[in-house]
Amino acid sequence: MDLRAQLSMSFHMDKCIGCHTCSVSCKNVWTSRRGAEYMWWNNVETKPGAGYPLTWEDQERYRGGWEVSGGNLRLKLLKGPGKIRTLANIFFQPNLPTIDDYYEPFTYDYQHLFNAPAGDDQPVARPKSLITGDFMEKIIMGPNWDDDMGGSPLYAANDPNLKGLSESQKEMLTKFHKLFFFYLPRICNHCLNPACVASCPSGAIYKRGEDGIVLIDQDTCRAWRFCVSACPYKKPYYNWANGKSEKCIFCYPRTETGQPNACAHACTGRIRFVGVLFYDADRIEDVAKTPDERLVDAMRDIILDPNDPRVIEEARKQGIDDNWLVAAQNSPAYNLFKKWRIALPNHPEFRTVPMNFYIPPLSPVLHSAKADNGGLFDSESVEFFNSIDKMRVPVRYLANLLSAGNEQLVIESLKKQMAVRLWVRQQRVGDVGDSAAKAALSSVGLTPEEAFEIYKLVSLATFQERFVIPETHREAQTTVDPRTMYEKRGTVGFGNKRQELVSRQW
Amino acid sequence: MDNVLFGVMPYILLMTAIVGAIWRYRSNKYTWSSQSSQFLENKTLFFGSFPWHYGIIVVLLGHIIGFFIPKSILLWNAVPLRLYILELTALAFGLLALFGLLALIYRRLTNSRVKAVTSGWDVLVLIILLIQVLTGVGNAVLYRWGSNWYAASAVPWMWSVIKLQPDVSYVAGLPLITKAHIFNALIFFALIPFSRLAHFVVINPYKYLVRPYQVVRWYRRGGPTVNVVQYK
Repeated sequence: MDLRAQLSMSFHMDKCIGCHTCSVSCKNVWTSRRGAEYMWWNNVETKPGAGYPLTWEDQERYRGGWEVSGGNLRLKLLKGPGKIRTLANIFFQPNLPTIDDYYEPFTYDYQHLFNAPAGDDQPVARPKSLITGDFMEKIIMGPNWDDDMGGSPLYAANDPNLKGLSESQKEMLTKFHKLFFFYLPRICNHCLNPACVASCPSGAIYKRGEDGIVLIDQDTCRAWRFCVSACPYKKPYYNWANGKSEKCIFCYPRTETGQPNACAHACTGRIRFVGVLFYDADRIEDVAKTPDERLVDAMRDIILDPNDPRVIEEARKQGIDDNWLVAAQNSPAYNLFKKWRIALPNHPEFRTVPMNFYIPPLSPVLHSAKADNGGLFDSESVEFFNSIDKMRVPVRYLANLLSAGNEQLVIESLKKQMAVRLWVRQQRVGDVGDSAAKAALSSVGLTPEEAFEIYKLVSLATFQERFVIPETHREAQTTVDPRTMYEKRGTVGFGNKRQELVSRQW
Repeated sequence: MDNVLFGVMPYILLMTAIVGAIWRYRSNKYTWSSQSSQFLENKTLFFGSFPWHYGIIVVLLGHIIGFFIPKSILLWNAVPLRLYILELTALAFGLLALFGLLALIYRRLTNSRVKAVTSGWDVLVLIILLIQVLTGVGNAVLYRWGSNWYAASAVPWMWSVIKLQPDVSYVAGLPLITKAHIFNALIFFALIPFSRLAHFVVINPYKYLVRPYQVVRWYRRGGPTVNVVQYK
């Protein structure tokens, strides 16, 4: 056993209201620099939707992630025999997304509002490209262009997760009374088997042994851009002004000092949980090779129980500090993903073994079945909450998104959430019926104590319960070389290639 | 004149390259690469980058092989058919490189996004490369069997420079276009550490073939001195 620790973020999708506060706080802290304007290390997508960059989930197009071929795991990007193929494509990458797949960053010519000569018409602020400084004809794309299903026949219709849905299910895109969408907040998954690391010809990308955060060494990066192509989640971004790749750093300067990430800290819906997981690094490859239907189970298998004495002994042997051990024992990530089995990874079929987890959305939980009741909520109904198979969002869709197509796992999670709701409703309001609530719990294998714990974590949890982040001991912290602090100012430690490019203002 | 250009300048320019490389690598490692603009424009780039790189790599390899084993080249060329094959192959790849280079220049000049990330050094590099490829292809077309007299006169001159006993007589009699090719090559070397040509000596991708897929760095195991991330 090779026990390692991993910081992991979980998202309660039902509570995400798509306000983008996370994206904005991330942007303010890390990416409001020249060359990084278009990057959203944290972004929130409407699902169903084409996403950012457009159709990032379509690996036929981008060739991100891994595939099993002849019993071996290999990068999908390589196609041919082994790594030599990567180097053969080093001068031109056929699968690299371009800025047009994201959006051309822009600002507005605000000065014109002040400086325009007197005339018959109101002056307007025309959009200006942040790359070239030229005026743009019109803005044709933005980071959340299809937010709240705007233009769904054009954008959301291309969502690869719609595969396998019936025509009537697909009507949720276009028919107003069937409309359904939810939000998918995304940061880098800090995978156990990261494709970006595996594709980097320079060896600049690495996973930190202590906390599993995946980082790009800016001095070693040589702008080959393979990480951008190889990451199936499109979370490494190419800084076109500096010629370096950058990605979500899990706010490690914050987590090392025990603070939650900027996105998680700012979340108004309190949908995010951050915690420590212990896993067995020896089995990563086996997990990544597991067939789709057993993939999530295999991922759960290598997460180790931090209360198991043998695991504790092994953790001590690996030099894991006691505060990390305690954090792992109180980890919301462990509880949500492994213990209660209600959180699921995003697109595990990309085989990077992602380490962020999502609690699938249950809402709208009350209403769909009442549509035949004149659209009114029937408070007398015995079946207080809607049943899973009448949900507006098809299980198939969630399974494509969160469990490599395994519907059972999604249903298990949804049923558990439903059972907890019924049970708590019975405790608080008492109109479900004691036996019905108990039956709902036992049918999903939960005890009342567990149901209460779930209820507490997902609805009442305090700051300290949602973010169980152990401080890194000072001697193992990574500090920026103080000798370079002066010249790296204004670039949040990333450095800049040419001063005149960075400081140029439009 | 020849004494200055081919007796003295080689040392000045090569020293510039070596000292400059050490200076840049030590003082500004962050910028030691070639800034890709594929992210901003990738359609014309395909017709530029692929032919250019594969063309120039083959031609350059030819030069390097000739530099190390000139006698074998002369022996190979002793049979006319083999000489024709070598010359035609070299010319074909030279033309491929020229085509790619022209596409790259066209792209730099016309695409406004690419222009936004173009520096003065990039323009200089393109000019130097264009001169180099044009004179090279010109040589091959105008003065036949260049592979023969490259091995017989240019290579001995190069070795004489390296042995610190520059013998200009080897190159003194060469045509003007060939002299331009040689001198421009020296300027090219001097430019390497200061421009995007630095990627030309980036050697780390070879490690990719031998390293395992995944890279893990431990700070705890590295000891106190490794804890400081050397961003510079």
